[in-house]
Order: sequence, then structure tokens, then C-alpha cells
Amino acid sequence: MSGQGMGETLPPPRDVIGPAAWLRENLFSGWVNSVVTLLTGAAIIWLIVTIGAWAVSEARWTVVTNNLRLFLIGQYPADQAWRILLNLGLISVLAGLSAGAWGGATRAMAVTLSALQLMLAALVVASPLGIIPAGVLVLNAALVWVAFGFGLRGWIPRRPLLIAWVLSLPVSFLLISGVAGTPFPSVSSNVWGGLLLTVLLATVGILLSFPFGVLLALGRRSQLPVVSIMSTGYIEIIRGVPLVTILFMADIILPLFLPGEWRLDRVARAMGGITLFSAAYVAENVRGGLQAIPSGQIEASQALGLSGAQTNIHIVLPQALRAVIPANVGLFISLLKDTTLVTIIGLLELLGISRAILAQPDSFGAQMEVYVFIAAVFFILCYAMSQASYRLERALGVGTR
Amino acid sequence: MTLNVDPPPVAAVPPWRDVRVLRIAAQVVAVIAVGLLVAFLARNFATALSERGLGFGFGFLGRSAGFDISESPIPYSPADTYGTAFLVGLLNTLFVSFIGIILATVLGIVVGVARLSPNWLVRRIASSYVEVIRNTPLLVQLFIIYFAVFLQLPAVAQSISFAGSVFLNQRGVFVPGPQLTAGFTPWLAFVALGIGVLVAARAVARHREDTERPIRGLTALGWLGLLTVVTIGWVLIGPVAFELPVRARFNFVGGLGLSPEFAALLTGLVLYTAAFIGEVVRGGIQAVRRGQVEAARALGLSEGETLRLVVFPQALRIIVPPLTSQYLNLAKNSSLAIAIGYPDLFKVGQTMANQTGQPLPVILMVMSTYLAISLVTSLLMNIYNRRIQVLER
Repeated sequence: MSGQGMGETLPPPRDVIGPAAWLRENLFSGWVNSVVTLLTGAAIIWLIVTIGAWAVSEARWTVVTNNLRLFLIGQYPADQAWRILLNLGLISVLAGLSAGAWGGATRAMAVTLSALQLMLAALVVASPLGIIPAGVLVLNAALVWVAFGFGLRGWIPRRPLLIAWVLSLPVSFLLISGVAGTPFPSVSSNVWGGLLLTVLLATVGILLSFPFGVLLALGRRSQLPVVSIMSTGYIEIIRGVPLVTILFMADIILPLFLPGEWRLDRVARAMGGITLFSAAYVAENVRGGLQAIPSGQIEASQALGLSGAQTNIHIVLPQALRAVIPANVGLFISLLKDTTLVTIIGLLELLGISRAILAQPDSFGAQMEVYVFIAAVFFILCYAMSQASYRLERALGVGTR
Repeated sequence: MTLNVDPPPVAAVPPWRDVRVLRIAAQVVAVIAVGLLVAFLARNFATALSERGLGFGFGFLGRSAGFDISESPIPYSPADTYGTAFLVGLLNTLFVSFIGIILATVLGIVVGVARLSPNWLVRRIASSYVEVIRNTPLLVQLFIIYFAVFLQLPAVAQSISFAGSVFLNQRGVFVPGPQLTAGFTPWLAFVALGIGVLVAARAVARHREDTERPIRGLTALGWLGLLTVVTIGWVLIGPVAFELPVRARFNFVGGLGLSPEFAALLTGLVLYTAAFIGEVVRGGIQAVRRGQVEAARALGLSEGETLRLVVFPQALRIIVPPLTSQYLNLAKNSSLAIAIGYPDLFKVGQTMANQTGQPLPVILMVMSTYLAISLVTSLLMNIYNRRIQVLER
């Protein structure tokens, strides 16, 4: 191709590009649009000014900073709080290594984890908790990137990393609950609280419900009518009732159904209720993934002589589970929000502890500040995760094939 | 090469490799496993009950409840039975869910359309609203609305008033209550007349369309006629009078009073669900292929006609199934009423469970009622779904 005959390239006309054109196109294209823009603009400015004035001059944010430890870890003993920071550090290292080894969406998660810890550190600096925990949080955030550097070199094979992730859950649990007679004395789950309990409930809920949900999904699609009917019945009943009723059941009724010597504490009962609840939703997600598998895959594996179980384990599930990861991140987000309901059965997770804090005389009348803070914490967590899951979805290529 | 050999005789399949036998065996094993689990739980339950000296039964439903319920659509006093109390809770749940579903649908459609607005500012506002609401827990929103807004409203004497007819204070929200007057029946005649005008206009329009001399806008003119006649009747007769709430010694009387609990729960449910419905509506409209709109334009349909006749009917088919699940969510989420003290099904159920010492029968009743509400709602929505899907080819 030659440039001959194309003539001189003229700059595009002023009214097609540039800020003025953008304004005309998006805000003032016609008189109706202009009136709408002016009215909503005025309303928004008024709203921002009002809220801003309240947040800057009127709100007593000291309620939040003074009680920050309660908000974060509840009544977890202050001299043992380092264990939680250590745990965060371990997760940071793992996340960094994975981001280096896998790249793609795991990198977005490492960025999120590091940013969240930096934000937390900023909050801790403003509180009476002092500079040390804030420093550790900054160190953790930096650890993510150090580990990322190591991961990039490819020194860490992927399989041990995967095993480390699997092990991280029991290790974290042991670290937080502790074992008597070790440098990690046992901490009763009665004193777990705040954001720690919120995150634990949601994480344990989604992870424990996952195997159960996969079994239910396979059961629902099973050709054995009895199995299919029982699985479907479970899924539909659980999905048809509110989570509060299941938590109530787990809190009040479950102890009646277990032998008297099995004493489950409240946190374990709530975790049980959440697990039973989310299993039904996981099952529906997984079923969606199972249905997306072309039947040719199953026919091919049968032609190769694989048994039903082998077909599921080697052919169907690996493909189906990969496809449902984003949906399960979405489920995790809604589960994280739903953990607030354990407040109703008296657990002191983030929302429950804030009610306890509001009951103190010196935080009298600070409802708006406390609840807005809680809402902001959830917003940051959920928004960050939904963005990460969006990237994950694109990285896995779900829905584009 | 031709093979003319008999197939080798099939060896009798041993039962442990026979698929038919294995299938039955697997089901028997599944039934036994579940049966054992249930038996284990039931035995523990029976032991626990006898240890605590409790029974299991629904006999308490006929006994007097002895607790008060702060608001009820039917007459209720503590002397009434537990059964009546349960009914009150159910009616309260149905009431708040029904109103909530209507308002959330209206607001949700507004949000969904606003997210597709050509106006950048409107688009941004709608999407910020959706992001903020969807990424925070409903219970926290309810606490903000109830504890931080409704309960912080001024006392009755300093009520915030809008145009002297809507009042907000600690005791709730007071709006003018509609009251039918003697003129209501005569006014219905005006309505009938208006509908007659509309029907006539549509008939003429259809007739002219058949004879291929269509009159544009005749149907719209018919609607305008209906509106005009009905409005004239309204102004002349005044079929409905609005009774203004008036401040009495301790509180407002007259008009329509909503308790702060009900108002907060309704506001929270509507704001929350509308964000999700907005996304459903947006997705549905965006899923209509561009070619459909272009084809409609090419056929000479106006912008309004394109939306009404081409985009919406197709979008509706995509919208209805996820909309159903949002309605179900709203009904289930109404159980959060317990956190702010609105006496819904779950709250009444919990009080009953505490008082009777029979938590299991009560919670079973509550759960099956929620299940029934879910089933009936999905049934209705499925019927509606089938009706609009029928046009599909």
C-alpha cells in the first residue's frame, strides 16, 4: 500500500473529539439530557457536600480507632494477637509465590492482599494499637512482593505450592485456636470475634461445603433415582429457606440431635450451619459446570473403558470445577456478607462486636459512624474480591469458548 | 471379508458385575446410609428430650400465647392462641414481602434503565448505587437504616414534615391515608366511560389497520381520552379523600402510620433488592441483539415503538427467571426483620420456640412455611414465564 492519492491527513474536527465533544455527547445531547444533567448534578453535589461535612466535622471516628482491636479480632487475647499477624504473613508468602508461579489472576489476588494489608496498617497507625502491628502489616504486604520475586524465578514447583495451600487451612486453624502446652496456648473460640471471625466463618464455610456440594451435584445428576431425589430434595429445601432459620436450627436444635457428650461450641455450630447452607448453593454452581461439559467427553471416556467413577474424577470434574471457580468466588462474597447473620444467634463477628461496642457508654450515639465503618470494610473486601473474580473469569476463559 | 460366525456365547454376567444389580445395590446402600444417619439423630433427639423432660408435638398451637405482637393486620391479643400468633407472623411476612416486591421491581427497572442511559452522570450514579448496595451486607444496611436513621429521628413534637402531610419522627412514618368517600361509586361510571373511549379508539385503529389506512397515534389518543375522563371525574367528585395525620398528645393519629421497624425493613429490602433487579433488567435489555433494534428501525418503527414492541418483549423473557429468584430472595431476606424487631414469621416463631420449650416443631413450621412461600412464588412466576415464552418459535 502506498500513501499516494490519500491526500493530506486533516486533524479531526473539533466537535468530534476532545473534552467539549465528550461533554456534548455524554451530558448535554439535547435539552432533556441537559436538564437531567443539571438536576442530578446539583443533587449529587449537595449529597457529597452534606456527607463530606458530616464525615469531616461531625462524625466521631475515635469510636472506630479506639475500639479497632475489638473490630479486628474481638476479644482474642491481645498478647496472642501476633499469631494472627503471623498467619497473615504465611498467607502473604503463599499468595506471593503463587502469583509468581502462575501469574494471571493470582497476581490480581496478590495485589489485593497486599493492598488490603497496607490499608489495614494505615488504620492501625491511627489507632492506639501502636506502630508495631502496623509495621508488621507493612512487612507482610512487602513479603507478598518478595515472595512474588522468588516465585517468578520458577524455583518453587507448582505442586508443592498447591499442597501448601491445602495445608494452610488446618495450619491457620491450629495457629489461631492454639494447642495447650505449646508456645501457642489454646484460645477458646468463645473469644474469637470481629473481622477475624467473619473471615474465618466465610472461609471455612466455603471450603468445607465444597466437597459436600460436589457430591450433592453429582448426586442430583445421578441416574439412580433414589440418590437423585434425595440430593435434589436437600438442595431445594435448603435453598427455599432463609439462612437465619438454618443458623437457628444449628444453634438451638443441632445439640439436641447429637450425643450428649459431643459438645460443640457456638462457633463450630455456626460453621456447621453455614456449611450445610452453602453446600446447596455450591451444588447448584457445580451442576452448572457439569452441564457445560459436552457429552462427547463422557462418551469418549466410556469408549476408552473408564468406569463411571474414573470418568468423573479424571474427565468431568477437572473441567467442571475449573469452570465454576468464578461462580464460587461470587458465592464466597455473598457468604462473607451473610456471615453477618450470626449476629442474630449472638456471635460477636464484625457486626456483632459493633453492637457490643455501641452498648458501651462512651460510644453512645455513634451508630452511624460504627455501621458506616462496618459497611466500608465489607465494601472494600467484597469489591476487591469481585474485581479479582472478574479477572479470574477472563483468565480462565469461562464463557468465551 | 465376510464373517459368518456365530457370536461367541455370552458368559453369564456375575451379579457383582451386572450393572442392573449394581444400580439397585447402590441405591439400597444410599437409603441405608441416610436411614442410619436419621435413626442416629432421632435416637439422640429422643434421649435429649427425655433428659430435659420435654415432649414433641403440636398441641401447644391451641394454647393461649400470652405474648403481645407489636403490629398485626388482624386483631390479636395475648389471650389468643399460638396458632393465631403464628398466623399474624405469617401475614406480616407476606405483607412486607408483597409491598417490597412491588416497590423493588419499580425501583429496579428505574435503576436498570438508568444504567443504560445516554447520560454519563445518570449512568455513573446508577452503577455506584448498584456497587455500594451489592457489596455490603443487607443486615448492615438494615442497621444503618433502623438504628442510625429511623431511631435518630426527632421526637414527635419536632417531627420532620414534608408539605404538612408527611411526617417523620421516632415513632415512625406518617403519610396521608386514602379514604373512600360517597363519590367513589359515581366516579366508577367515569372510569367505565373512559375505558369505553379507549376500547372504541383501539377498535377503530385496528379496523383501519386491516383496511391498510392506519391512523397513527389513535390508540395513544384513546389512552389520553381515558386519562382525561377519569381525571375530570376525580376533580368533580373526589372519590378518595386523603386523611391527613394530625398530631395528638403523644403521637400522630389518622392517616397511615408505619412503625419505624416496618418502614426500616421495607426501605432496606427495597433498596437492596432493587440493586440486584437493576442488574437483571440491564442484562436483559443488553441481551436483545442489536440487529433486532436495527431491523425495527428499518421497518420504520419509532423509538418508543421499538422499545415497546421489539426490545421489551424479548428482554422480558430473559429477565423473568432471574427476577423470580430475586423475589424469592426478598421474601427470604424479610426474615432479617428479627434483628430490628419487626414481628415477622421468624421473630414470632422464635418467641414461640422460647415460650413453649418446643423449638423443633416451631422451627419446622417456620421453615416449611418459608418453603411454601418460595414454592408458590416460583409457581406463579413459572406460569407467567410460560405465558410470555409462548411466543418463542
